[in-house]
Amino acid sequence: MAKVILTPTQTPTLFLEAENITPDVFAGKTAAEIAALHGFVGKTTVTLGDYFKVEGAGGQTAADTTIVINGDVSRVKYIGMKMTAGEIVVNGSADMYVGGWMIGGKITVNGNIDAFAGLGMTGGEIIVNGNAGNYLGAAYRGDWRGMQGGVIRVSGNAGSDVGTFMRGGTIIVGGNIDVHVGTHMEGGTIIVKGNAKSRVGGQMVKGTIYVYGDIDVMMPGFQYRNDVDLEVDGQSGKFALYEGDMGERHPKQKGEVIYGQLYMKY
Amino acid sequence: MTDYLIKNGFVFDPVQGINGDKVDVAIKDGKIVDAGDVTNPTVIDATGMTVMAAAVDIHAHVAGPKVNVGRNFRPEDKLFNGKAGSGIKRMEGGFSVPTVLRTAYLYARMGFGFSMEAAMPPLYARHTHEEIRDTPIIDQGALPVFGNNWFVLEYLKENEIENTAAYIAWLLNQTKGFGVKCVNPGGTESWGWGMNCETVDDVVPYFDVTPRQIVSGLIAANEYLGLPHCMHVHGNSLGEPGNYEITLDTLKIAEGYKPQNEFGRDVVLHNTHLQFHCYGGESYASKSFESKSKEVIDYINSVDNISYDLGVVTLDETTTMTADGPFEHHLSHMNNLKWANTDVELETGSGIVPFIYNPKTFIAGAQWAVGLECGLFIKDPMRAYITTDAPNAGPLSRYPRVYKWLMSAQAREDMLNNTLKYGDSIRERCYIGEIDREISLYELAMMTRAGPAKTLGLSHMFGSLKVGLEGDVAVYPYNPETDTDDPEKIEYAFGNAAYLIKGGRMIVKEGEIVDMGNKRTFWVNAKVNDNPMVERDISEKFRRYYTVTQNNYTVEGHHFVPNPYVIEVDATK
Repeated sequence: MAKVILTPTQTPTLFLEAENITPDVFAGKTAAEIAALHGFVGKTTVTLGDYFKVEGAGGQTAADTTIVINGDVSRVKYIGMKMTAGEIVVNGSADMYVGGWMIGGKITVNGNIDAFAGLGMTGGEIIVNGNAGNYLGAAYRGDWRGMQGGVIRVSGNAGSDVGTFMRGGTIIVGGNIDVHVGTHMEGGTIIVKGNAKSRVGGQMVKGTIYVYGDIDVMMPGFQYRNDVDLEVDGQSGKFALYEGDMGERHPKQKGEVIYGQLYMKY
Repeated sequence: MTDYLIKNGFVFDPVQGINGDKVDVAIKDGKIVDAGDVTNPTVIDATGMTVMAAAVDIHAHVAGPKVNVGRNFRPEDKLFNGKAGSGIKRMEGGFSVPTVLRTAYLYARMGFGFSMEAAMPPLYARHTHEEIRDTPIIDQGALPVFGNNWFVLEYLKENEIENTAAYIAWLLNQTKGFGVKCVNPGGTESWGWGMNCETVDDVVPYFDVTPRQIVSGLIAANEYLGLPHCMHVHGNSLGEPGNYEITLDTLKIAEGYKPQNEFGRDVVLHNTHLQFHCYGGESYASKSFESKSKEVIDYINSVDNISYDLGVVTLDETTTMTADGPFEHHLSHMNNLKWANTDVELETGSGIVPFIYNPKTFIAGAQWAVGLECGLFIKDPMRAYITTDAPNAGPLSRYPRVYKWLMSAQAREDMLNNTLKYGDSIRERCYIGEIDREISLYELAMMTRAGPAKTLGLSHMFGSLKVGLEGDVAVYPYNPETDTDDPEKIEYAFGNAAYLIKGGRMIVKEGEIVDMGNKRTFWVNAKVNDNPMVERDISEKFRRYYTVTQNNYTVEGHHFVPNPYVIEVDATK
């Protein structure tokens, strides 16, 4: 597997929009060609070479290409946007839109990520060994197609509006989560291992949310059904099942109404 | 002003009977002149290319409050398709609801010179004109909506044609409007009571008037005034299976009415986006739904005072927007996507819902078929105009693709066999599989230029290359002798005009937009006899009901319509 190592040489005064940092674009390119790829800072067009030292070369295909970013890129947006295969490892923190509209492959961030990571993603894997920002695995502003497939795993905490309009895939948050979880959710799974605040599953139509810790304020549109023993993400335990959001429409499947499901761990 | 001489092109101009002949087209001082009358012209070599008068769009939603709400509530429509400015062009964006600039650039690239904004809520006429003003290049007009207007409902309940006409004349002047649009007559108002009009004889609550009275009264008032354009109707029960009967009932209301105008218009009723009004069956399921386009167009072929436009579904993700509020509510419950709705005080309503015409569903494919059938069954192409009811059935940018489907049976077969999942049931439930007609370039020129110009009452300016008409000429990179092998060449050529000359200025040069033109707003000033009763009714309604005063209602010319083209009509005789 071919490896490209990007080492940040300077911090952008504004922000660097670098949608070209993906295995798909890097594949088949030499270090010099990669350094010549464009990015944007404000209204100016720059090259990746202006901000990174580039070593190595892309593989033949995206799947053969690994990109390692050694350093802080907390002012670099769109890393891994629309990537279909291959791997990105960020040894530092990254800015917004990590893995936005991602289709396949794997992104590992050994640091924090900002908002809009995994936006509208349909496949692949994002691993964050730190905290995540708001709108993780959500939909682009105005769109009704949030995360549709793949896995996002965050070791630390996540911000608000996680999984808005989520339709498929799995989001696992190891720590606590802020308000608005799975708003308008139409499918998929969100697992929160810490505490949640309020508005969990608001306007949820379908899908599943697990909360291991407490919810500060429960949505009034959820009704308690029964207790169940489950194994979730390798851990077994007893959960209380709530269904909702009763204020939202719900489709029928084989004559039965399908609700969103919210499991609270005892 | 530069003189132009377009040489060696294949010219199509049905008004003059020119069918692909190599004729030189000359422009001097912004008008078409004889080739001998230009001195030292800029010569455009159109060898191997198609030359037509600039196209005329009779029905599109490209400016006004609902278009703008569509832009606002669909930021995702601009995602990944914005384009930075270059040359003379500024930044553009949006797919189904493009920015005003992209609208203008699209029209220019497709060789259009005039576009009619199909529904202007009178109360928001100022906004509509601000957007029209900000859309460069093309000439535009806008049709205020009358079909659910309290004045109209009250006058037509008593069949007061003269009062209705006086009110129309006043409103055209106030809103700088072009003609009479009527959307879901009576239905949008009924919806204020949670109801709709599902036959032409359903009574509108409180007003006690029927769609039949509204349609016939508006036709009568339109002809009383002698307006350039005829009554422009979007009938009841749009998009409902089985609605072809109400469509036929609506069309038959025009029987006995004769056009009265000095603009050469032949029809008294224009039925817009006919595709949405030609459905049989009881549901959208393939075992029930069927096309009734043949039945509707057989009727239209049997009369001579009706025109229509197609409203072809282009199988895209788009944004539906109409003054038919109840229909949009219904649609939002079908796809469960976001919905915006407005009640426009005494006048109309409107709704907006994003919609995906998915080629993997039966119904979207069937709607695609019905739209094309509407264009293929017509005997007189001067009365059938190509539209997508942009953006309702498809984005504006898809016009060339619709031309391709109409002009190539092979392209339609390819869709039925390869793109549409339910091609076989669509052949079974619709007529599309039985039709081998291919629209010719000559007929295309009728359906996109000569015809709409005539029905809009603008055939003295647009739609032909006759001497004296506006110097609006489009040159397309399409060779009618050698490019017939691949239908994709049609779509490419009509979306990428090589040249567009508009009002004697070169807008598109070698495929690039190089000039922003001299955009004009067309409106109709109809003179009527003094009518103290209508004047009193107007001031009474403003005093009692409107949330604005008359001073905040009028579209003042200097600011909102900086470059007007006023068509004067005298109905005082």
